[in-house]
Amino acid sequence: MTVDTRKPPTLRRTRKAAKTGDVPRKFFSSSVMWLLAIVYGFPVLWFVLSSLKPTGDLFTYPLTLFPKHFTFSGYEKAWTSFNFAQYFLNTLIVATAATVLTIVASAASGYALAKYNNWWLKGFAVCILATTMLPGETILPSLFVVIRDIGLYNSLAGVVVPAVITATGTFMFRQFFVTVPNDLLEAARIDGSGELSTFIRIMLPLSRPIMLTLAIISFQWRWNDFLWPLVILNDPHQFTLQIGVASIVGAENVNWSVLLGASVLSMIPLVLIYLVFQRYIMNADINAGLKD
Amino acid sequence: MVDSDQRPGPTPSAAAERPAEPAKTRRRGRRRNRYIATPLLLISANLVLFATFFVWPAAIGLAYSFTSYTGVGPAPFVGMENYLHLFQDDQFYAAVVRTLIYTGCAVPMIFVASLGVAYLLISPYAKGKPVARAIFFIPWLISPIIAGVIWRWIFGENFGLANFIITEFGGKAVPWQSNANLSLVVVLIATTWGNTAFNMLIFTAALKNVPTAYYEAAELDGAGAWQKFRRITLPAIAPTSFIVVLLTTLNSMKEYPLFKAINGGGPGNENNLVVQYIYNTGFRRAQIGYASAASFVLMLILLVIAGMQLMVNRRMESGQQ
Repeated sequence: MTVDTRKPPTLRRTRKAAKTGDVPRKFFSSSVMWLLAIVYGFPVLWFVLSSLKPTGDLFTYPLTLFPKHFTFSGYEKAWTSFNFAQYFLNTLIVATAATVLTIVASAASGYALAKYNNWWLKGFAVCILATTMLPGETILPSLFVVIRDIGLYNSLAGVVVPAVITATGTFMFRQFFVTVPNDLLEAARIDGSGELSTFIRIMLPLSRPIMLTLAIISFQWRWNDFLWPLVILNDPHQFTLQIGVASIVGAENVNWSVLLGASVLSMIPLVLIYLVFQRYIMNADINAGLKD
Repeated sequence: MVDSDQRPGPTPSAAAERPAEPAKTRRRGRRRNRYIATPLLLISANLVLFATFFVWPAAIGLAYSFTSYTGVGPAPFVGMENYLHLFQDDQFYAAVVRTLIYTGCAVPMIFVASLGVAYLLISPYAKGKPVARAIFFIPWLISPIIAGVIWRWIFGENFGLANFIITEFGGKAVPWQSNANLSLVVVLIATTWGNTAFNMLIFTAALKNVPTAYYEAAELDGAGAWQKFRRITLPAIAPTSFIVVLLTTLNSMKEYPLFKAINGGGPGNENNLVVQYIYNTGFRRAQIGYASAASFVLMLILLVIAGMQLMVNRRMESGQQ
């Protein structure tokens, strides 16, 4: 817009001037954005295309973007040489269970924080917030001892249960339920609906968009989790995908062909989920959950 | 243990408080008292989880940090020895310094990248935004481990694309793996790449809420693009910026998987961060007591950093008004 001011301010030219003034800006903004998009997208493209190259071509200079011969041998080797199907299943169990439990726990406490004002609820809100400020990593050794003493060491449940409580989820629901008019709640009370059944039958269905947003976020968290499963799971039969992939990276001589295949395979489920549900995450007012 | 601690809680306390309360404020008190059992029931899951997986570990962690507990058998009390040992341990000291360097670099990089991308994505001038937004969002789907593998693949010393391009243009192969600082640079690139998407979402939501009237008024006064950004956008999104900086700082301070995948904390121990140090001492060498002490030092550092940021934020807010 500043470009316009230099042009002679004749009446007829104002519209045209605004347009010509926009063109450089459009060009500039678009090219910067697309340049950045290439920078962000290219590593993944390069990685996926590399995973389709035969082992011999991975390291032979000159490198080419597209494989000369497409092959899925890396994927096959990754799938067969590790217990990959088992890792997939374990990760799926952990992510799904943790997500469902997180939604239930977060919706319930978020609703309580939004619609009731007992003094101890405020204290509880502070406690929940504290879990963000002081993450699990700061109590890692003793959290491990607790899990072991409960008897959940080396079990998928031990990975799931401590992950259920999240400040983000709780406050996302709180924020949402605050916007639901209290009249609705009062009307339900007058009609003789019990407090719990109001929550389950009226409030929960209303919060469907929040549920889906949290579901995607939570699923992504648990699917990609590394440190906590690493601490808790000892038996290779219980490993999750991230531990499996990390064990390939940690080897003395990294088998890149297998590593590339395994990595790409492990990304597929989240990409699919994202493709189906992307509007729930892209349109979500994410700050709602964090700011408060 | 958990059950016996928590189960009897709700019902008796709810019953006991009901007759006791009205003594204070009759009307409001009674109105409030009608709803004790329900909210308590609603928060019970998170309350039990908070007590079991947060309060309990924090308490025994503090206790363990004064013992030489190894995970099995007795936990002999050793007083302040763990802490004294910790402050004399060059490796721990190096890990703390390295973590602070990493965080100090990562937070501004992530902040600028995500705010810049968010600004472009809401700009009315850029074309093809839906597709670009989807591309920018892909890294969010990728775990730190896989993100590390992707960047390790590009920055491989003898086989990576980066060195291939450098040598094609007549340069010398850069030791991305064997030089500790260059290796840290690779991690910084990877973390910026991986953390842009989510923070970008937070920023986009905030940027959309800046009233357009401000921009229009500034335009009438002849403000340029940079001035508008500096004088209108930045102050308007300050609360969001604060949240992003705080969360990014906390996340960077506990980074481990990216390092694990890119250089395994190496070369040598040079890129060991605090969490890796805790993991190695606590779980590789089974020094739970010692690792608990290290964890508490990390917790204190996080508290100090968060407290400092809160203070700065408060001062800036009061300065603006």
